[in-house]
Amino acid sequence: MTQVDIPASVPAQSSPHAEAERKWTDFFTFNSDHKVIGIQYLVTSFVFYLIGGALATAIRTELATPPSDFVSPDFYNGMLTLHGTIMIFLWVVPAGAGLANYLIPLMIGAKDMAFPKINALAFWMIVAGGALLLSSFWLETPQSGWTSYPPLSLVSGKVGEGIWIFSLLILGTSSILGALNFVVTIIKMRVPSMGIYQMPLFCWSMLAAGLLILTGTPVLAGALILLAFDLLAGTAFFNPTGGGDPVVYQHMFWFYSHPAVYIMILPLFGAISEILPVHSRKPIFGYRAIAYSSMIISFLGLIVWAHHMFTSGTPAWLRMFFMIATMIIAVPTGIKVFGWLATIWGGKIQLNSAMLFALGFIATFVIGGITGVMIASVPFDIHVHDTYFIVAHIHYVLFGGSVFGIYAALYHWFPKMTGRMMNETWGRIHFGLTFVGMNLTFMPMHELGLLGMNRRVAMYDPRFADLNVLCTIGSYILAVSTVPFIVNALWSWFKGKLAGDNPWNALTLEWQTTSPPAIENFEGVPVLTTGPYDYGKTNEALESPSTDTPVLSS
Amino acid sequence: MQGSTIDTAQSPLNYPSEAGGHHEDHPDHRIFGILVFLFAEGMIFAGLFLAYLTFRAVTPVWPPAGTPERELLLPGINTLILIASSFVLHRGDTAIKNNDTKGMRLWFGITAVMGAIFLAGQLYEYSNLEFGLKTNLYASTFYVLTGFHGLHVLFGLVLILAVLWRSRQEGHYSSSSHFGIEAAEIYWHFVDVIWIILFLLLYLL
Repeated sequence: MTQVDIPASVPAQSSPHAEAERKWTDFFTFNSDHKVIGIQYLVTSFVFYLIGGALATAIRTELATPPSDFVSPDFYNGMLTLHGTIMIFLWVVPAGAGLANYLIPLMIGAKDMAFPKINALAFWMIVAGGALLLSSFWLETPQSGWTSYPPLSLVSGKVGEGIWIFSLLILGTSSILGALNFVVTIIKMRVPSMGIYQMPLFCWSMLAAGLLILTGTPVLAGALILLAFDLLAGTAFFNPTGGGDPVVYQHMFWFYSHPAVYIMILPLFGAISEILPVHSRKPIFGYRAIAYSSMIISFLGLIVWAHHMFTSGTPAWLRMFFMIATMIIAVPTGIKVFGWLATIWGGKIQLNSAMLFALGFIATFVIGGITGVMIASVPFDIHVHDTYFIVAHIHYVLFGGSVFGIYAALYHWFPKMTGRMMNETWGRIHFGLTFVGMNLTFMPMHELGLLGMNRRVAMYDPRFADLNVLCTIGSYILAVSTVPFIVNALWSWFKGKLAGDNPWNALTLEWQTTSPPAIENFEGVPVLTTGPYDYGKTNEALESPSTDTPVLSS
Repeated sequence: MQGSTIDTAQSPLNYPSEAGGHHEDHPDHRIFGILVFLFAEGMIFAGLFLAYLTFRAVTPVWPPAGTPERELLLPGINTLILIASSFVLHRGDTAIKNNDTKGMRLWFGITAVMGAIFLAGQLYEYSNLEFGLKTNLYASTFYVLTGFHGLHVLFGLVLILAVLWRSRQEGHYSSSSHFGIEAAEIYWHFVDVIWIILFLLLYLL
């Protein structure tokens, strides 16, 4: 019935937490409870998602027609820079951190993170860094794209670029402090009965992502410090006119920013590995293969950065190394996809909103993965470099992958976080709009890129006009798709059907406590009696959870 | 499997009732946390060192023509002082493990003085160098790398002074509880190791 043994001598009614309820005001304070921080991260990053999405809609409106007619080209550059920066550093990265914050201690049976105050500090740095970045709307927008390559970034406006640099330094520090907590908590704070191979796969993927953050982010900070000196103190580290080398910036930038794509996808790989077995009522296929593939992706992710620089004068032998290493990443990724498909194969699949988004994740992410192998190849990459093919690729992995994964995770864990179910009908409408809008927006960009349409520019050749109209219509559908989600989430949070402790009949530890969990998470220390994915396995000692049909909200 | 496996010391009845009241740093994991943090900190330096080596590799003459000769005597003495201070500091750690607070205060005090001499020496060197931050690529990397390291020394000095300040209170540190001392020591060794690499790169190589 449950995975946890609670001593009978502790009657449920004598809960010491009865008077220690969460107040809504706690969510607006420097609170050190990982569950509060997790929700703070998720809500804050979703607000930034809406801001970044509004920018995307404006960008697509500009691109609906070939000439620059909706906003000025300068403002277009600013919107483009802020869209990329916000979506990466203020939406997908912190949303992953939010899920990790909420789930890691619950999944491993801990009361909290290892360093709760540092954890709270990391969250509030997101708010500070985000507010600083948004202030650029009123002062001066950064103009040089989310990559901020010098020398362009050194000549396109000191104020905007300075804001961008210092905002990223704050957000990067926040990310490092968060990862510090994830890694220490996962390694040190599992309940005694949970060995490393009884750990849910989400924790494995967060361990891999945390190690990447700790290794990569500091190098970006180093690059930003040098860039700030060039910009504000007049040094010439990256300025060729003063004897500097702009390519060094590119190396340092991509040493973080390539791993960043794994930092953004690994948490959702983990979430998908949790969601699929629950809603297929089957054990995960290849637990160790999926766990190890996270670690391998983490390692390989560190040695492929220069595939972003095939056109930056990188020597041929180095291109070969980075091309081959990049292509090899398809192997551990393919292992994961294989494991997921084998998990749902023949399962008792519940096509609820969480599962729909998880399946959508696999479908669209694989397209992004395939184009990833294409552009890993040097000759092909030189052809499509800086075209919309790259834009299509990155949005298939980051939107079709990460954002679908975040939505799947939100639908899946919303009942745990709030104690209430989300509305299924509106969830399915949300999925339908998102899936159609996403593919309509980004699929035509593959062709636009192959035809040679340049990214990052407000104007384009009129012969690209028809496909761009399709992309713009798709982006409007995407904009609309957030409405049913927001309404559903808000309404369900207060009025949704009560979920009970374990509405999905899931086996991982976070479902074995109350919804929402008590402030100390568990009464006493939980003891594992089954593995995290033992669906459908008979267990003599327990009433098997797999015999129950999971509850669906109406 | 059995109810008896639940740790009774963590009985729910012992929980404080105030919301979020218990959320303190987990004492057993703080040293591990500091090591993980210093790994990340080390990666900033690693990135900057590799940037320096790349700048050096792509510049035809290094240091660029016209860079004045660097004096080695003062930085050399400074380096010896910083390296020696790590050993002095370690004696303080040994002292507290024998519950010798006085000894610990003495060794930490000497380390603080040595650290301050190092920083003063660096400032003196800055003021006497014949090149400035913007003179050329070598000069820029020199100032940024040594300056960034100097900030770390300063922070380490603050940690040591904080230990000295707190240890005024009798029994604040003991052989069984001296996290602050260990933390300051680990950090100081880290800063020391970084300086050795930096000295090799900037002065000797």
